[in-house]
Amino acid sequence: MKYETVIGLEVHLQLKTKTKAFCSCSVQFGQEPNSAVCPVCLGFPGTLPVFNKEVLRSAIKVALALNCSIQEYTKFDRKNYFYPDLPKDYQISQYDLPISRNGYLDIPDGQGQKRIGITRVHIEEDAGKLIHEGNLSLVDFNRTGIPLLEIVSEPDLSSPQEAFDYLTILKNVIEYLDVSDCDMEKGSLRCDANISLRVSGEKVLGVKTELKNMNSFKGVKDALLFEVQRQTEMLESKQEMTQETRLWDADNGETVSMRTKEGAKDYRYFSDPDLTAFLIEQKTIQEIKDSLPELPQAKARRFVEEYSISEYEAKILSASRELADFSEECFRCYSGSDKKIVVNWLIGPLLSEANARGLKPSFLGVGAQGLVDLVGFVERQEISNLSAKTVLTKMIDTKKPATQIIKEKNLLQISDNASLEAMISEVLEKNAKSVDDFRSGKANALMFLVGQVMKRSQGKANPKLLQDLIRRRLS
Amino acid sequence: MELNTLTAVELLKMIKSKEATAASICERLKKRISEVDGRVSAYVRSEDLSGAGHDSVSLPIALKDNICTEGLNTQCCSKILEGFRPPYDATVVAKLKKQAVGIFPLKTNMDEFAFGSSTENSFFGPTHNPWDLERVPGGSSGGSAAAVAADEAIWALGSDTGGSIRQPASFCGVVGLKPTYGRVSRFGLIAFASSLDQIGPITKNVGDCALLLNIISGYDPKDSTSVNIDVPDYTKSLSGEARGIKIGTPKEYFVEGMDEEVKDIITEAINKLKTLGAVSREISLPHTEYAVPVYYIIATAEASSNLARFDGVQYGYRAEANDLLQMYKLTRGQGFGQEAKRRILLGTFALSHGYFDAYYLRAQKARTLIKEDFDRAFEEVDCIVAPTSPTPAFKIGERADNPLKMYLSDIYTISVNLAGIPAISIPCGFTKKGLPVGLQIMAKPFNEEMILRLAHAYEQSTPWHTMKPKL
Repeated sequence: MKYETVIGLEVHLQLKTKTKAFCSCSVQFGQEPNSAVCPVCLGFPGTLPVFNKEVLRSAIKVALALNCSIQEYTKFDRKNYFYPDLPKDYQISQYDLPISRNGYLDIPDGQGQKRIGITRVHIEEDAGKLIHEGNLSLVDFNRTGIPLLEIVSEPDLSSPQEAFDYLTILKNVIEYLDVSDCDMEKGSLRCDANISLRVSGEKVLGVKTELKNMNSFKGVKDALLFEVQRQTEMLESKQEMTQETRLWDADNGETVSMRTKEGAKDYRYFSDPDLTAFLIEQKTIQEIKDSLPELPQAKARRFVEEYSISEYEAKILSASRELADFSEECFRCYSGSDKKIVVNWLIGPLLSEANARGLKPSFLGVGAQGLVDLVGFVERQEISNLSAKTVLTKMIDTKKPATQIIKEKNLLQISDNASLEAMISEVLEKNAKSVDDFRSGKANALMFLVGQVMKRSQGKANPKLLQDLIRRRLS
Repeated sequence: MELNTLTAVELLKMIKSKEATAASICERLKKRISEVDGRVSAYVRSEDLSGAGHDSVSLPIALKDNICTEGLNTQCCSKILEGFRPPYDATVVAKLKKQAVGIFPLKTNMDEFAFGSSTENSFFGPTHNPWDLERVPGGSSGGSAAAVAADEAIWALGSDTGGSIRQPASFCGVVGLKPTYGRVSRFGLIAFASSLDQIGPITKNVGDCALLLNIISGYDPKDSTSVNIDVPDYTKSLSGEARGIKIGTPKEYFVEGMDEEVKDIITEAINKLKTLGAVSREISLPHTEYAVPVYYIIATAEASSNLARFDGVQYGYRAEANDLLQMYKLTRGQGFGQEAKRRILLGTFALSHGYFDAYYLRAQKARTLIKEDFDRAFEEVDCIVAPTSPTPAFKIGERADNPLKMYLSDIYTISVNLAGIPAISIPCGFTKKGLPVGLQIMAKPFNEEMILRLAHAYEQSTPWHTMKPKL
């Protein structure tokens, strides 16, 4: 029997607003436990939530970027359940009137694209964190009340790889909007997955499993791969499937059952009477729409058209807003005729330096103009490619401009004929055999002679010029 | 005249002319409390009173035990909030302090979490009605009403979710006003039912009520449900003029179930209003019969969620237990009283999957109909006049075992909360047994001025508000 996989993802995104969703506590990762708290986010009796409008703007941004329609009339609901990390024992969330619905995100599919539906994007508050120490369980409420967006996809993903691609592109888009750190390790992006299998061509969905506890995109993919395997085996051996929640155990590479549907909770949702329902004006939506940055997929398309670079290069350069902006600045600074060399330097040496140092390209301290200047030396053949790479490293280490480093290290190529001719004469005299070899047709001999002169010039001889000069002397 | 028996307006004049000081008023109150509170039990817990009444403040005020005061015990008369001292002031408290009103360190008794109509459901035991110590003072703000009636407080604040200010005011022969929903900030009021709760004054007369309302009203950025509408000077409504005010009497309220004596006293009060120039007509509020069931669904549903936070994790009472579930169960099992548990269960049920549509959703729809009844009525009349309670104060223990009968105590007050409109209860006579009866006056949202004007005109021509219980 052949099965097809049906996957839907639920992504929780922490918004990096200045303050929490319903009080004025600061939102910052890694503060002393229970230091970024106040009576409101601690849910003390008598306190009331007041909605932070900055959250609304960020939410609308994300929803629009994901092609959702914004609901004019929206409200908050209470999701009731008991847990020590939830100080009010209910979470302020959105139930029947979420801020937005019906969006989509395109992911690559072979040569083309596949459209993944987004059911809804809604606002809610984060819970605190439990820390277990021996017999004790401690609660850190710093995270409590941090604004979250829940982004729910349609079950349109049909493989673990598609799920991975969806997450990558989603993160890419969100990063462009600059509303979240999107860091799965720090928990600012979390992902649960629903997965079921059905016989190929079947319309009805199979029994689904909800997967939790993945802490990287790769973890999501691995957990889904495991689950495809597990569910296939169960179906093939005709075992009965039950709807359940399973936890991904990354160390053992398997999913473990946490609870079945019988244990499903009744959250007793109802409108939060402390927060009035509100209308979002068309004017506000339009204003936010107009302020949206160019998104990665659109940017890549434009790079191809405007800068005549390949799709592959455009995709790399638009992978982050920061790199895209840096690249465009380089293109603007560059006055030469072939942008190809700038692109090569961006994708090559610059990105490898950045990756090696774990820094974003624009944080390397080189600057767009600095990089373009360096590229200019190479283009004018004033320094070799090899020494240019050394110069780049030096530029990053010392924050000095290329010109200064080249001067200090005396790296300018020797391109004046007189000094080269002197060196050539010396080399040809001492290597009569090679000269004969070349004349008798051995092409390799030329490279040997070039190498000898190069050595003499301490690597600074302009190799192209050198070749021409030797060739002329021997002909 | 003893200072503690005077009204706030009278005392403020005396303070201004240096005939009295806050300290002398507080001394007198402390003396009165030591004389009578052993019998009335209007206040709960014993606190250090030495700091009360220094000359930087003016008149002291008594607060219900569900209004947060920084550093002072506030526990809704529940075991579960044992030892809870909020690190913040309710907005009303901050406003009082700004006006140099002293916060009396003792809090007044109440039904646990305001769940009740008799103040019998308090962890600290019942309050006794100053007019007849065997009877209840009404509830849930019974402590505040009894304290004012017994001259143990100059004035007080209560909270009203379904009649909790007006009904005890009526039972104790004092003035109690529930403002329009959104007129007074709820920040710092420990919530019972968030869409119904409102803080309001309990005073000796209408003049004090207007003054106190001036102080506590207004938009509060900390409460999203407070409304940003200018606060008028309510004392300017006290013109003594009732001529031309159109009053309506809802026919659905004057039906069986009302005590005959109460009916006669209310009828007489309406006649009095007519002699003062008010024009009376019968009106209809056709959905009145649904008010009690609708209220007990919405109020308990909200309460079940609002009270979830009392779980032993952060503050208040925590039972010793071996695991988390056990801690929740024991803490809440031991920390909440009978009525609190009943309402939490009712509310949890009403919100449960499969029952939500049949109960909560239908109740919300019916609530809209009830509100529309009032909208229509106020197209025809300026005020609606009715009894505050179908009976005078009942005996302690009389209804304690019959929650349904107890819930019917609120039959005339509940609709007001569901509709979000303002209403007052003022003394309008006494039964043969000497028990006070209250007249309720309602008006459309944010028209407290109309209520105060009519109430004041009535008060000016009747002696009831000057009567004092013998203790």
